[in-house]
Amino acid sequence: MMDEDFAQGTSLLHHIDSRIKIVVAFFLVGIIAVTDNFTVIALALAVSLVLLTVARLPVTLVAKRLVAANSFIFFLWLTLPLTYGGELVYQTSLFSISHEGIILSALITLKTNTIVLTIIALLATSTIASLGHALEGLRLPGRLCFLLLFSYRYIFVIHQEYLRLSRAAKMRCFQPATNIHTYKTVAYLFGMTLVKSYNRGARIHQAMLLRGFNGHLIPLTSHRMNRNDIVFLFMGLTASAALVFLHFT
Amino acid sequence: MHISEGVLSSPVLFTGGAITAVGTAVGLKSLDYDKIMTVAMLTATFFVASLIHVPIGPGNVHLILGGLMGIVLGWGCFPAILTALFLQAIFFHYGGLTVIGVNTSTMALPALFCYYIFRPWIKNNGNKRKIAAFCCGFFSILFSSLIMALALATTDTGFLGVAKLVIAAHLPLMVIEGIITMFTVLFLSKVQPEFLGIGD
Repeated sequence: MMDEDFAQGTSLLHHIDSRIKIVVAFFLVGIIAVTDNFTVIALALAVSLVLLTVARLPVTLVAKRLVAANSFIFFLWLTLPLTYGGELVYQTSLFSISHEGIILSALITLKTNTIVLTIIALLATSTIASLGHALEGLRLPGRLCFLLLFSYRYIFVIHQEYLRLSRAAKMRCFQPATNIHTYKTVAYLFGMTLVKSYNRGARIHQAMLLRGFNGHLIPLTSHRMNRNDIVFLFMGLTASAALVFLHFT
Repeated sequence: MHISEGVLSSPVLFTGGAITAVGTAVGLKSLDYDKIMTVAMLTATFFVASLIHVPIGPGNVHLILGGLMGIVLGWGCFPAILTALFLQAIFFHYGGLTVIGVNTSTMALPALFCYYIFRPWIKNNGNKRKIAAFCCGFFSILFSSLIMALALATTDTGFLGVAKLVIAAHLPLMVIEGIITMFTVLFLSKVQPEFLGIGD
């Protein structure tokens, strides 16, 4: 379900310091999000494709992720061309298709996919653990990073816990349908999961205090910046600056 | 449903980001390292809630339970929702990182509303608790869809049609969330009252 599919690899991008990747991703994605200039987005798409090639990620998996990311876009294509108004390219008595609606949908589709590809290439090539520590290294609040690292650590455990309860329900012939009984059962199962995780949280906290936890998590691997990191940072920032320049001219 | 990357205009993105930054700062201030472990576990649990699908007619919807999160966590719901959405954006590419501010505000503001309005009612026994819990689930989704529609409509007036559709699409979800929140709260009030801050 939630495997870090892209995080394992030996490409150049996998070896770059996560802090550097976050900074570059921040600028690149930020520019794409605020611009509405087709040239800028097309160039950004080219940059993200280069990054993807450098990262040597499995193409089918990336395509699968893109499909998931495009669900909202699909919804927009169904509605925007029909409801946007403005100049019409096609009209029947039932509906009409607007020119601006199509342009806007196309722009949004390009932007979304460019951003998602950039994030896959830059951020999904790091593990969540190293992203969490990198965010802390970038001076984000320590507690927020703690929250990220620990909730990630326990999502799997708690999901297993829920699945165990729902397996037990299934064995007792529970069949989900659209009725109150189903909603009640699901609510009770989830309530039980909440109770279990609440108590588990208290036990983990005690166990960590016993082991001398003082609010600071120590990463298992420490990364020293090397020349590759600096060069990559420089290239990323140059590309971002070029896109900003294009946006304003 | 979350708004995905590249849809909203920059003023809307910045407003959402600012609200989330303030909310998260306040939320983190209220969490010390004694409480944070519980909040991390609850964040993970609410993330799991979004993986639970309940049937509705021929299709199914996944749970959100923002209202419940609000009454349990208070201001802590801001960092919790932010974390959950970050993980969702990285894993499933639902929502996204540039819109994370807007999406967090969309869920956390109604959750906070539930915390202030319905939490006192939850402490009552009997029907009042039932009604408060139902309203909690119902209104959190209603307000979420309204904020989402507002974010879309202020981006571009052409999005008005989409915005209306967003609200309409959330209507059945409001009722289901209401029912499930109600039963979960009733269950919790019997099994572990201190979880809801009920001093039985």
